[in-house]
Amino acid sequence: MFETKTSSSAFGNYNSMWMYTLKNVGLDFVRKGTSQHSRFHNLQELRHSASLTTKVFIQRDYSEGTICRFQSKFPSELDNRIERSLLEETVKTLNSYYVEAEKIGGQSYMEGCLACATAYFVFLCMETRYEKVLKKISGYIQEQNEKIYAPRGLLLTDPIERGMRVLEISVYEDHGCSSSSPSSSSVSSACSTAR
Amino acid sequence: MKNDYQQIDPKTLPMPAPSHPPAPRGGDQEERQPQEQRRKARRKWQVFPGRNRFFCDGRIILARKSGVLPLTLGLILVTSGLFFVFDCPFLVQHLTMCVPVIGGVLFVFVLITLLQTTLTDPGILPRATPDEAADIEKQIDESRNGGYQSPPRTREVEINGQVVKLKYCPTCKMFRPPRTSHCRVCDNCVERFDHHCPWVGNCVGKRNYRFFYFFIVSLSFHTAFIFGCVTTHLALMIQEHETSFSHMDLELVVCFFSVWSIVGLSGFHTYLVASNRTTNEDIKGSWSGKSGGEPVTNPYSHRNICKNCCSILCGPMPPSLIDRRGFLPEDECVQTGDGGDIELPVLTTKNEINMVGKHPCLPLHPAV
Repeated sequence: MFETKTSSSAFGNYNSMWMYTLKNVGLDFVRKGTSQHSRFHNLQELRHSASLTTKVFIQRDYSEGTICRFQSKFPSELDNRIERSLLEETVKTLNSYYVEAEKIGGQSYMEGCLACATAYFVFLCMETRYEKVLKKISGYIQEQNEKIYAPRGLLLTDPIERGMRVLEISVYEDHGCSSSSPSSSSVSSACSTAR
Repeated sequence: MKNDYQQIDPKTLPMPAPSHPPAPRGGDQEERQPQEQRRKARRKWQVFPGRNRFFCDGRIILARKSGVLPLTLGLILVTSGLFFVFDCPFLVQHLTMCVPVIGGVLFVFVLITLLQTTLTDPGILPRATPDEAADIEKQIDESRNGGYQSPPRTREVEINGQVVKLKYCPTCKMFRPPRTSHCRVCDNCVERFDHHCPWVGNCVGKRNYRFFYFFIVSLSFHTAFIFGCVTTHLALMIQEHETSFSHMDLELVVCFFSVWSIVGLSGFHTYLVASNRTTNEDIKGSWSGKSGGEPVTNPYSHRNICKNCCSILCGPMPPSLIDRRGFLPEDECVQTGDGGDIELPVLTTKNEINMVGKHPCLPLHPAV
């Protein structure tokens, strides 16, 4: 009931993730302004020629209980698109963020007791620790998309937008390249060469 | 007849949003258009497929069937009202000022925890997107290996050494995470599903279990306190040979029956909290007995009563996963009606895939 402020503000950051999706790319580049123009060079090239091919889902790992944790198994569909170590590093970092969010310890007990003592009115004025970590996760996913995944024609979707069930990776393919492009890290350079 | 149908050129279709003027009148118009689009854009709660009701533009969520919540509220308010109006003045005179203070604190706590339980998202899982559902179907088909007899849609996972079966939910089109169950009243999958409580008019799940527990415990204390105070009032009046205590009959009857049932329920849930079980698991006997000759143990328990209690009642508050007040993505804004699944474009051929990137709701942006 008292989650109005925190949940909408948290999802505001998650929705900003879509600013980098190739579907909204045109409008968002106009809104973003010139200060970050150089960063979008690869994304802009992909915008003209990329189309969504498929989506790969990394499922949850329940071996340690119901805490949020994703499987580190590398999906075979991404064999030619990205180095194994990069994706594994991303999943490992995300898992560590979720461990931090769900950690049961002194800080969470203090927060729980304070909330109970104030009849949970305290959540009208402050964010929960979980919400703070979710914002960090959103920022991390944005950064990973810009630096690593978008140049390879991939896009991570924040798990919170999928009910924390899956880590969705959208695979885009450039019209200018054939689907059998060998190098996963040089999609845009291969395409610019082809042109 | 074929001649009756005219081929429609998509480029000549009128724009779907009627609020957009046909030609830009000035610089302000371009800024106003995205803002108008946002105002016209629908929020996700408006197309939520479960059986829930939303108020204050999605800020408050309620189950569609409120059950006997009005009765619960009525009993609490009437009994407490009679107590404060008739019993408190007498007991303040004859006993102590603390009586209405304690009664007031308990009453406020009971009301707040009841409202929290009723109006909080219990941990509803959003339904699978069409892409996710298709991926799961593909995995199920592959695992069948062409057998004639289709196996039940279950998936086994090992959790802390215990094998747990995850069931496929045909409504939500996903394998339910552990401890998740589909509530037939609300038509939602709820995480750590305990039960659907008609007295509070909502499911009790991961996000509102602690409110429910504090509600029944505080209600136990409140009813016991009122019962004790009314009995004391009665005793004192008999001593003074007074006979007008008709209002106390109602309070005594309500409190007498409530105390036994609510204290019993509080005791049961204290046991569940201490052993980290849900009502659903306890009723089904999930963690008692044997499976394949091996005794089953609760894989979620921390094996420590204090840690179990603290993790459930004072643990981190998980966020709501259904994003009620978020706006629908632009490519879904043409969806009409609620109660149906949100249909995203399904990926089939590459030609159709090219259309995914288009924006059917947006006019051609002058800058693009």
